[in-house]
Amino acid sequence: MTALVIRGGNLIDPAAGVDGPKDILLKDGRVAEIASPGKLKTTNGADVLDATGLTIAPGLIDMHVHLREPGQGYKETIATGTAAAAAGGFTSVAAMPNTTPVNDSPETTRWMQAQERSAAVRVFPIAAATRGSKGETVNDYAALKAAGAVAVSDDGLPILKDNVMREALAAAARVGLSVIQHAEDTRQTRTANWSASMNAGPTAFNLGLRGWPNEAESAIVERDIRLVSELREARPHLHVAHISTAAALNAVRQARRNGLRVTCEVTPHHFLLTDEHVGLYDTNAKMCPPLRSAADRDALIEAILDGVVDAIATDHAPHAVHEKEVEFERAPNGIIGLETALGLCLRWLYQEWKLPLGRILSLLSAQPAALLGLKGRGTLTVGSFADVVVFDPKAEWSYSAREGKSKSRNTPFDGWTMQGKVRWTISEGRIAYSAETV
Amino acid sequence: MNSAVAPVRRQLRTPPVAASPFPLNPGSLLSVQDLTLDALSHLLARATALENQDPLTRARILAKRRIALLFYESSTRTRTSFELAAKGLGADTALVSSLSSSIEKGESLKDTGLTLRALGAEAIILRHASSGAPWLLEASTRLPVLNAGDGMHEHPTQALLDLRTILARLRSGIETVNAETLAGVTVSIVGDILHSRVARSNMLLLPRLGARVILCGPPALLPELAAQAGPGVEIARDFEAALARSQVVMMLRIQAERLAGLQLDLEEYKTAYQLTGQRLAALAPTAVVLHPGPIIRGLELTAGVADGPQSAILEQVTNGVAVRMAVVERALTAKADKGGRA
Repeated sequence: MTALVIRGGNLIDPAAGVDGPKDILLKDGRVAEIASPGKLKTTNGADVLDATGLTIAPGLIDMHVHLREPGQGYKETIATGTAAAAAGGFTSVAAMPNTTPVNDSPETTRWMQAQERSAAVRVFPIAAATRGSKGETVNDYAALKAAGAVAVSDDGLPILKDNVMREALAAAARVGLSVIQHAEDTRQTRTANWSASMNAGPTAFNLGLRGWPNEAESAIVERDIRLVSELREARPHLHVAHISTAAALNAVRQARRNGLRVTCEVTPHHFLLTDEHVGLYDTNAKMCPPLRSAADRDALIEAILDGVVDAIATDHAPHAVHEKEVEFERAPNGIIGLETALGLCLRWLYQEWKLPLGRILSLLSAQPAALLGLKGRGTLTVGSFADVVVFDPKAEWSYSAREGKSKSRNTPFDGWTMQGKVRWTISEGRIAYSAETV
Repeated sequence: MNSAVAPVRRQLRTPPVAASPFPLNPGSLLSVQDLTLDALSHLLARATALENQDPLTRARILAKRRIALLFYESSTRTRTSFELAAKGLGADTALVSSLSSSIEKGESLKDTGLTLRALGAEAIILRHASSGAPWLLEASTRLPVLNAGDGMHEHPTQALLDLRTILARLRSGIETVNAETLAGVTVSIVGDILHSRVARSNMLLLPRLGARVILCGPPALLPELAAQAGPGVEIARDFEAALARSQVVMMLRIQAERLAGLQLDLEEYKTAYQLTGQRLAALAPTAVVLHPGPIIRGLELTAGVADGPQSAILEQVTNGVAVRMAVVERALTAKADKGGRA
């Protein structure tokens, strides 16, 4: 494999405490050397990328995406989803198991990682916590982990039954995996006749839509924390996916104070938008959990700033145009997010709310790497995987969903101003995305 | 480091909510919010003028223009009244209902709309069980869309005919309205507010003319947050106290089809909220009684009240044809500068 030198940029590696001008040599898929500008020892024969004025950082890691394969290739494929990831600066994505069939087997887990999927960046499957994600029978986590699964989850659905969730937490702890919970008490949000389609509150009332109350999230988070507490000896790791309410955040904050291993992620759409962004039935503002009130949104921002939030994840959820162009109540949940995450984080968290760049990059790389146990990723110390993003942190640009790499276009951020343009994304030493090729 | 960041939170700027692009077609009537008070006055005046016009002259206004009635839910009053209104102006109408069309075969609302447009429809009157469906249809076809009731959301022409009925009874039928026209008038809307598109359209429209709206019903059918629906709206649990303050009382039907598993004791409901002759005589002997229909005699109101002198229920039905003539005429003649979102 050819060697690659990235020269003239500013390296930010929060996990290693590095923030300064550095040149970096990538060789055989690994970081081979880091040195002050012009001081690399071995650059013979290496291709050179000029990163003058640019930031070099560990490749971003999205711990919550839906790549839709197997089974739903008309929405996205592993190839298109990872191409979108690369364009967004991501070098690793953790793929949720709500595929067709549900990824609850070592075979599917391996299939998703196979060479034939033509992934542009590394895919780490998250396997189903229960058989068919039906919330009844806990899967064989040792076998799933051996096949490459990095966590277990029934995402899209919660594990409702106490005894099943307890067993899942205990079994996952035994093999060193986390249980990622989609916290939604579906007894409060779905009936035989209807499903809640947006946040419960005055906006839902005025729009005549059934509401998804905050308590449906916090009730599950609180129940899960109780189970983690009961299993304290086994040190289970509960990770709350796409947390969206102040009450659930408070429960996580408190659990952490009590020494429990409870972590959470927040999506850009939940910390930027509110239920008022649904406007007049914009199905690109329909997701699960729904966009919340301004008070909840503000609590999410505060939790990012004060460090309670462990990771920023996109919940990238592609849907075909014809699936979203329907009555609001019938539209599927979710939006794409891989190509807008960095641009939105830099535009709002960094420029607007002054969160240091290192903190933001940590939420997008080092911290999710640690949560998923990805060794040698989320940092650029010598010997680490050569997963790198090079971007211009000052560049402003306008996002056009139509020009994106994802197969789908379902996003409320079309036309929004972004900050921070990805120049190169390098996955294990190979250029996975280059802005020049656009 | 972290503690220094949190306190400034309240001053943080956050992404704004974009202004609504709807309605996309100036002839559409999706929500009562789409009408300025001037546009409303114009519609009321046109309703009267059209009602009084010679039927043969009137039938030239939209002679042979094509209007589709697209009904995904059953309807007696609204459908017939829209149809008579369109035909009264000379238009050709075509009725498509979900039970006798390709909708049964799974055709989407968008494709159904595009099909109707290709068939020559110049406007579509839509009734649909999903809140927001008219916005989707308008975005898909760009035709004038008249909302004839969408889910639990709005029923703007019902609010217009209710307004015309109230003005006839309390304001001798004036047509030019302003922000004080209904000052001093309290309207109680009673019953199943949660599922009612009639309630939503009225609670958004009447306060803009100065009326006070009291929403009245049990918590299961009227959540507390309804009080935040807009200015001039309050909620009350005590029907008799609300009735005593009212010049207009609008009774709503319990929408069994939308209760969706909600348990409701009908005997208890009647005890607390039924409009009886006794209650009316004792607490609101001059109030106007309205009901959007269909009425269930003996449930939300007694037969005696429905048929009594204070009842304007059949006047409402008659007014429906007049206001819908005005709305249909506007659909096919509106210019971009008329109407607009209030």
